[in-house]
Amino acid sequence: MRWIIPASKVEPQDQRRIGGKGYALASLFKGGFTIPETLCIPSDLYGEYVIRTGLRERILLELHRKDFKEMRWEEIWDCATRIRNMFLRMPIPAEIDTSLKAEIEFRFSGKSTAVRSSAPEEDTAYSSFAGLHESYLNVRGTDAILEHIRKVWASLWSDAALLYRQELGLDVEKSSMAVVIQEIVVGDRSGVAFSENPANPSQGVIESVYGLNQGLVDGAVEPDRWILDRRRQTIVSHTPTTRKYWMVPDEIGIKLEALPVTKSNQPPLDPKDVLEVFQLVCRAEDFFNAPQDLEWTYKEKTLFVLQSRPITTVAIDESGDKRSWYLSLHRSFENLKSLRQKIEEELIPAMIVEADNLAAIDEATLSDLDLVEEVKRRWEINHKWVNIYWEEFIPFAHGVRLFGQVYNDVLHPEDPYEFIDLLAHTDMASLERNRKLEELAGFIRNDQSLAHLLKNREYKSIPQEFIRKIEGFIDKYGDLTCSVTGGTHCDQEAEPLFNILLEMAAHPIIAMHDRKSVHNDELKQKFLNCFEGDRKIEAAEMLDLARTSYQLRDDDNIYLGRIESYLLAAIREARRRAENPKTRQSSGSQTRALVDVLSELDHRSKSLNPYEKKQGQTFQIKPRQLIGQPAGPGIARGKARVIQQHSDLSDFKHGEVLICDAVDPNMTFVVPLATAVVERRGGMLIHGAIIAREYGLPCVTGIPDATSLIQTGDEITVDGYLGIVTVGSADV
Amino acid sequence: MEQPEYIQQRLRELFDSQNLAVLATHNIGQPYASLVAFVATEDLRHIYFVTPKTTRKFANLSKDHRVAILVNSSTNQAEDFHRAISVTAVGNAEEITGAQRNQILKQYLAKHPHLEDFVKSPTCALVRLTPRSYYMVKNFQTVMELHINP
Repeated sequence: MRWIIPASKVEPQDQRRIGGKGYALASLFKGGFTIPETLCIPSDLYGEYVIRTGLRERILLELHRKDFKEMRWEEIWDCATRIRNMFLRMPIPAEIDTSLKAEIEFRFSGKSTAVRSSAPEEDTAYSSFAGLHESYLNVRGTDAILEHIRKVWASLWSDAALLYRQELGLDVEKSSMAVVIQEIVVGDRSGVAFSENPANPSQGVIESVYGLNQGLVDGAVEPDRWILDRRRQTIVSHTPTTRKYWMVPDEIGIKLEALPVTKSNQPPLDPKDVLEVFQLVCRAEDFFNAPQDLEWTYKEKTLFVLQSRPITTVAIDESGDKRSWYLSLHRSFENLKSLRQKIEEELIPAMIVEADNLAAIDEATLSDLDLVEEVKRRWEINHKWVNIYWEEFIPFAHGVRLFGQVYNDVLHPEDPYEFIDLLAHTDMASLERNRKLEELAGFIRNDQSLAHLLKNREYKSIPQEFIRKIEGFIDKYGDLTCSVTGGTHCDQEAEPLFNILLEMAAHPIIAMHDRKSVHNDELKQKFLNCFEGDRKIEAAEMLDLARTSYQLRDDDNIYLGRIESYLLAAIREARRRAENPKTRQSSGSQTRALVDVLSELDHRSKSLNPYEKKQGQTFQIKPRQLIGQPAGPGIARGKARVIQQHSDLSDFKHGEVLICDAVDPNMTFVVPLATAVVERRGGMLIHGAIIAREYGLPCVTGIPDATSLIQTGDEITVDGYLGIVTVGSADV
Repeated sequence: MEQPEYIQQRLRELFDSQNLAVLATHNIGQPYASLVAFVATEDLRHIYFVTPKTTRKFANLSKDHRVAILVNSSTNQAEDFHRAISVTAVGNAEEITGAQRNQILKQYLAKHPHLEDFVKSPTCALVRLTPRSYYMVKNFQTVMELHINP
């Protein structure tokens, strides 16, 4: 078995083994095109590796924890992260390793290489999904190349690939991955060329940037663009760009740099070069007998082909298909940095102003017709911010994931979520609220008579000073009865808040989990020590960005929730008036206007529990062990408190296990009372998991039937290490 | 997904696909496991197997009716960990004699025709297990219980 094949030695029967990309390169070489030095690692080696190391079974287990149809994108991402970490931590067995090393050393000693995926189906069935698997640039040294081969293999199971698993026919038992190792030709000008313009078959297109091609392919560097006439082989038009950056190699990897002024004044290609590139792509079209999409680079005067593949125009973004949107959440560091600036400097201040403006209008004082207009206006405002939330805030949450990947790449930790320890203990608004709650509980704990008054509901006798504190809390955080984050208008009664405070006061002070603050500093140093020079600064920036991203994951809901609460307040006022027209002086047409606007807004009022309960008759089912994702380490036992609707929260008792559909920040005030958290919605980075980790509570997420199978009062054991929830005792 | 009908259907499919089950009995607190060829009724209320009366398992279950039985679909492959389903039934076992015996043996032999000579021996007992509960394990660690009301 040949585990490594130079491009010059590839035979037609190797096509499947070395994948589309590798085979196309070998064909180009044989066809007389100039390509960089290239080695192919056939897919058999992937198979050999996953079988010998036992990874194949581990991937099988990982992928079968849960029915794919029930997995959210976040869970798919988590799944891909765990699989990737398995590859990062599992070396290639010594006997294979030795035979690869000699050949790689011989070809690429002292050279910079690209390590690219070449899935067997790639560029044919895979052609519509280009970019689902990883490629790495500027990899130097035999050990680093071997490590990157494993990373490319891992990308067979990337979140992108898992999302398109059906179209790709992704199957643990059958799928495999070939790899291409290629010398990096450090071109001074690079680009892509289409022998046929997808938008106009009589034309061709060339795009070009200074530096490495990756800048263009990633979208980080804006290219100059030429349209050509295919038949006449002439330039039709040139669209220049403001040339600001170029991608250049550095010690490890590549980096984006400001383009020297001498270059930014002129296009990367002169007309003679443009025609030479176009002739090259046309020659490739003739050679492969199909229009080609070709990546090229100029090193001095030599024009190299980096890769060539048939042009595909298959649109994968069908209506209602959110997958391409999920993939768009993968943002570059640069992109996230500018997004952060926008969120911190523009969007959040604007949301606060918006909420303050809404607060200035008291819906109760409006006439019926003005109220109708106000409901519509608030609906529009809320709608606008919900859209911004999806377009700007949710993508920004990717900062945490980007950091996690970098952390895992350099440290290969045993726990792929170790990095979250570095992000915790940020000043999240929900934690600040919980501290305030604890403060209020403290007054009750230290004042027997106050506790007595609250218990007996003698609210009129409560000292004014305490009432003012409660009002201050409600003004800022809401009365906790509102199913909208930060809502302040949901219920005039403070009773549910008193229930929670009494429960907190009856038990010892709940400290924030003070685990690992020393450990965190060590982790931070361990992480930063993996980098040197500019890279170290960038790594620190990335950590800082991830912390902001982690914190905003919670806080944005609080800001958005304030805006939504004003909409709800207006709706409630309109509903009240529409339902009691006779008690007020109101004309029939005004009442109808109120009714119309209410029915127009199909506003959410659905129960938190989407599952219908069915009582078995002859046969009764009970859960014993339910499997989810281990999202917070630890083990704890307690009585279940199943939250079917928001009002159930005020009955929460100290020591219970919180079982719910989806935790959002406005529910997490009960977490300090809880002994563990179980959530239907899956993921390691969801609110429930984040807050549970802050309090050091065991947490399991992603149990599809949690709120319907588990009943309040059930004895529950939550194993946050294995992700197992056990119901009841061991008796049979 | 986790509805009684769904679980019952999985149980029927498993019992139809498997010939052998592991029977657990005990002798004064000493557990004992043995292999039996079984058949389950469509309504899942009974599981039948046959055994020579001279066996340990028969002696044990005659002394204490409480038994457990395990049926699973593993194939001795790594895939078993996510693909196999395993079911434990817990209940009481008793020997069936008389006219009822012949009637049930017909069903039994429909599934295990090659055991015809074996079951016809006067020294072979037909045993009926009446499960109180089934415990179904799938996806490596998901466990659901199905309890049967009398």
